Amino acid sequence: MSVLAFNLTALAHADFWLGAGIIAGVYSIFTLGLQMNVGFTGIFNFGQAGFMAIGAYAMAILILRFHWSPWAALPVATLCAMLAGLIVGIPALRLSPDYLAMATIAGAQIIQIVAQNGGTFTGGNNGLLGFDAEWQNIQLWMLGKLGKVGLGTQYALPLFLVTWATFLVLLGGLTVVQRTPWGRVLRAIREEEDAVAALGKNVFAYKLQSLALAAALGAVAGYLLSLNISLVYPQAFSADFTFIGFAGLVLGGVGSYAGVALGSLLLWFVLEGVRFVELPLAADKVAALQLLLVGLILVLVMVLRPQGILGKREEMVIRG
Amino acid sequence: MSTPNASPVDASSEERILATDRLRSGDAALRLVASLPTWVRLFVAALTLALLFAGLQGLHDVAQTTVNGLVTGTYFALGAVGLALVFGVLRLINFAHGDFLTFAAYIAILFNVTLNLPIVLAAVLAVTATAALAIGLEFVLWRPMRTRGAGAFQLLLIAIGLAFVIRNGIQLFAGSLPRSLHVNNTNALNLVGHVRIGRTQLWVVLIGLVALGLVGVLLSKTRIGKEMRALSDNMQLAEVSGIDTRRVILITWIVAGALAGLAGVLSAAAIGVVTPNLGWSLLLSLFAASVLGGLQSAYGALAGGIVLGLAEEWSTMFVDPSWKYAVGFALLIVMLLVRPNGLFGKVSLR
Repeated sequence: MSVLAFNLTALAHADFWLGAGIIAGVYSIFTLGLQMNVGFTGIFNFGQAGFMAIGAYAMAILILRFHWSPWAALPVATLCAMLAGLIVGIPALRLSPDYLAMATIAGAQIIQIVAQNGGTFTGGNNGLLGFDAEWQNIQLWMLGKLGKVGLGTQYALPLFLVTWATFLVLLGGLTVVQRTPWGRVLRAIREEEDAVAALGKNVFAYKLQSLALAAALGAVAGYLLSLNISLVYPQAFSADFTFIGFAGLVLGGVGSYAGVALGSLLLWFVLEGVRFVELPLAADKVAALQLLLVGLILVLVMVLRPQGILGKREEMVIRG
Repeated sequence: MSTPNASPVDASSEERILATDRLRSGDAALRLVASLPTWVRLFVAALTLALLFAGLQGLHDVAQTTVNGLVTGTYFALGAVGLALVFGVLRLINFAHGDFLTFAAYIAILFNVTLNLPIVLAAVLAVTATAALAIGLEFVLWRPMRTRGAGAFQLLLIAIGLAFVIRNGIQLFAGSLPRSLHVNNTNALNLVGHVRIGRTQLWVVLIGLVALGLVGVLLSKTRIGKEMRALSDNMQLAEVSGIDTRRVILITWIVAGALAGLAGVLSAAAIGVVTPNLGWSLLLSLFAASVLGGLQSAYGALAGGIVLGLAEEWSTMFVDPSWKYAVGFALLIVMLLVRPNGLFGKVSLR
């Protein structure tokens, strides 16, 4: 089977691990939002990729078109994504879970079409370039520091460190939030919405807050993804990518924030590993193989172990 | 309502009474409109819109986009009816339904282009293969999952996973380059004035309408059709009245698969080029069409498909065609918000 032989030298290369690690980190942050919605509130957010797009585009547009400093653009872009969460959520969260799924995925598709057809404002299909000058400086500064410990030539290392540091901070924050009364109300909504409403809680407001926070997490993932490819373009935020997040989510386990990192890491080492299997395949077919694996993982996990690796069965109570 | 505390000699109150009278006659007109069957109201609304657009854009543009909309609407309707049947009977939103269309299109290309068989034979084989795929998935996946009592979340993600597997499996084998069926896409007929329809597109509409008519007969006249509708109304009640639900579910998948297959072949023929993304990109339009029709009503989905086809094509008179799909998705969202039970509500189920 020489055709299927692994190129082991590639796997031994630090670039591979750093590259896969960055994407896994970005998707871990992305999926934290899905976990908050799906795992801890019981609402089907199928439009997370759309919120990621809003965040990334708002950041790039504020920097490039309005000449804002990135430090002002990032919080404002995050607010834009949260606002998008409210705009989608206020009407759609009143719907049944199935309808909410359709409405949110339609929203994400519309965002992608708007980005494609936005002319010079959104850069159309070519996207936006040159929003990351400040990041380049930070990267150089970090590489200088890393050089002192002999890691000055690992050019992907700064983004890797920033991505995972961001993830850990967010994970810590969400774990704390989960233990607050607010977090407990979310889980109660997931378990039995009517009972929570009977206790006098405004279920709708809590769901809306959950969706807006998930949108903010999507936006943060969007910034890091943009820095990774130095480009903001519509295909990078395809509505499909929400389901790459879902694959990581169910792999790690529904109802576990730490599982998100485990699921995303496993998923992306498989997906990136595919590129190093010496298959006689063209680039579009390798991409197809990656998404085929995403689909297979979704089907197999849901059939064989719906609670995922770290999830608990009793946490899976999303009703249709 | 009249004004209770006003004195009769007060001039302003007389005006108010006149105003309420006008309101009353308006009410009567509204009541008249409400008493008409929905399809009549729908038709009148479409006609009014068409006349309005004719005033804005000229008669020719409206006629041409209407013809295009009917072509698109035909395969939207075929796809949406299958989606609605499956949702009605199984309460499953089949995210893989769009990729059934792609599957059929590529099977047809395999037989028609690679193996050089005539298009009609290739289409029949593609429709059969898609029905077989649908029924095969019922046996290996959906039935075992139902027996285990899988939740909505599981079923939804399985359907999405399947969609990814089918679409990318096709891309893995066939590549992502656009393909075409061996159909004539240059020959067009002049209908009236300078309104044209491609010869292939005309066949698409004719075949599609015949198929939709047959589905209508199946649902309204045959025993199995009535059983399907009974199941979609109330599963438990249908079961206790002695309906063999397993058999009905199987036949529902066959019908939905075959319709998706036909929709796939017809859309491939009408659009002219096929990529592995065909079905996934049509999926939300199919959702929109079936939600327009009330999601679980097959007749509603049929009308919804035509309405959506017209809406998307009419929109090209005012905005760039690349926004066409966004119009469909926006319509889906608007429908979910204002009339989640569809244009026809629940009434059309019976």
